[in-house]
Amino acid sequence: MTVAERTLTLNMGPQHPSTHGVLRVVLELDGETVVSARPVIGYLHTGIEKTMESKLYHKALPATDRIDYLAPMSNNLGYCLAVEKLMGIEVPEKVKWARVCLAELTRVNSHLVWLGTHALDLGAMSMLLYAFRERELVLDVYEACGGQRMMTSYIRIGGLAHELPGDFDKKVRKIVKVVGERLHDYERLLTKNEIFINRTRGVAVISAEEALSFSLSGPMLRGSGVGHDLRKANPYSGYEHFDFDVAVGTNGDAYDRYLVRLKEIRQSLRIAQQAIDGMPIGPYRAHVPGVVLPPKEDVLYKMESMIFHFKIITEGFKAPFGAVYQAIESPKGELGFYISSDGTNKPHRVRVRPPSFINLASLPRLVEGRLFADVVCAIGSIDIVLGEVDR
Amino acid sequence: MRADPGLTRHAGRLCEFRNKFKCMEDKVREFLNSSFPGAVIREDNFRAQQSFYIRPEMVVPICEELLSNDALDLKYLSDITSLDWLGLQPEKAGRFEVVYNLYSLTHKYRFFLKVCLPGDNPTVASVSHLWPAAEWLEREVFDMMGIIFDGHPDLSKILTPDELEGHPLRKDFPLTWEQPQFSWNKDQPPEVVK
Repeated sequence: MTVAERTLTLNMGPQHPSTHGVLRVVLELDGETVVSARPVIGYLHTGIEKTMESKLYHKALPATDRIDYLAPMSNNLGYCLAVEKLMGIEVPEKVKWARVCLAELTRVNSHLVWLGTHALDLGAMSMLLYAFRERELVLDVYEACGGQRMMTSYIRIGGLAHELPGDFDKKVRKIVKVVGERLHDYERLLTKNEIFINRTRGVAVISAEEALSFSLSGPMLRGSGVGHDLRKANPYSGYEHFDFDVAVGTNGDAYDRYLVRLKEIRQSLRIAQQAIDGMPIGPYRAHVPGVVLPPKEDVLYKMESMIFHFKIITEGFKAPFGAVYQAIESPKGELGFYISSDGTNKPHRVRVRPPSFINLASLPRLVEGRLFADVVCAIGSIDIVLGEVDR
Repeated sequence: MRADPGLTRHAGRLCEFRNKFKCMEDKVREFLNSSFPGAVIREDNFRAQQSFYIRPEMVVPICEELLSNDALDLKYLSDITSLDWLGLQPEKAGRFEVVYNLYSLTHKYRFFLKVCLPGDNPTVASVSHLWPAAEWLEREVFDMMGIIFDGHPDLSKILTPDELEGHPLRKDFPLTWEQPQFSWNKDQPPEVVK
């Protein structure tokens, strides 16, 4: 029997801690080399797209939190922008600024979790504790805004759920200062760390052309040297008013993706700072009777607001016949919502374009012919959330 | 309902947005009409988004041509998704609709190629040999909507359990019947209500 015939099939997951959830990979090994890898997904499938079809537009919103549970605000934002596009609603400037600020804090949150868990996978355990310590600050802001630490549902159709909390700017300024300073510590721990570099540099390489043919997006695409960022390319929610750089890598390996994400945290802090400094004064919800819920304080004292509130809660609003697609740059990549309306008060079909799902499809290409130990690094560097992969 | 300033402002912005991409829109239309006369059944523009309904057999030739066209540079396959129009007006053109979401990185332009397929045995040619990304996207459409992609290397279930019968995103998928059975619902599957 030749060496090539003696391959070993190894099942990794779905309960493996390094697969970031319930991802299962069936690996075929020749010694320590991966011959083929087949990701098996669907263990966390909860039918979110189907669930949203039977809900009113307002009431489908909480389902979006559960798609990528590490970046709830980004999902809320994508869904709300899509419905607003469908209904033709323009939100007040203040709402745009607040949404940008929250979306960028979400990016910090998501990237910090990624940084902690990815470093943990590669043996740098202390990084996890530091990253989660800083993440608490962002979760505090979530809690102050939406009342919950993870499933916020704070960004609503036509505005926000409540007025921003009184100490919002103080809290955000603290995050900008503290995380900005501590990023230096992370860099000292990892960027020049011999072990970390050896585990990530030249591992899970994908060229720019291949990245495009695999439809990768987000840090996966930018790590390969394609400077595509939807915040710059097709600005939404007032991103055209903010000054920031797009982080781009060169080699397309796991180390470059690490650098890109670290730079993105810095840029996100920069945007959050600008959003706080230039936060306009105004209402926290658009005034579109019959579509956007009136502010709660009006509902209690104004007859008209109460009627609209009752009507929207009980029967929702009818959307025009047609389909819209709205994509945003979520922490993982291009998160798109394709909402098709049949003219009734419930969406006919909601399609979520999941960045993690599409990025994960490139895993076999990243690991085949490489060492078995690099599989963990490759999975980590894609930055998947299984809630989004399976939906 | 009185006219809202927000609505008019938004309409103005969409107009502006559409004008910005007007030239790209014309280029795509010209490309489709000159290279593939008769392939486009109808066009649709909703909220400044251009969709072209094309004949199912033209999907692969058009995509091949798009991939080799450097001037248009519509080479990024953003998404493939599907819709079920059971019992609604668009069903006349075909019950299922497959949507190819294409994007140009240089022109920042997005447009949609749409294909209408019949209710029984909906089949369209696979584009997975053109974009490796299409492999999983088509598997998902197959699993959730039951559309068959001809020429796909491994058209198998991807999200739902192996023992699940039917395709959950179809509108006639019974919602009251638990499948595979885990808990209380031990009755026979109910009559499908259309």
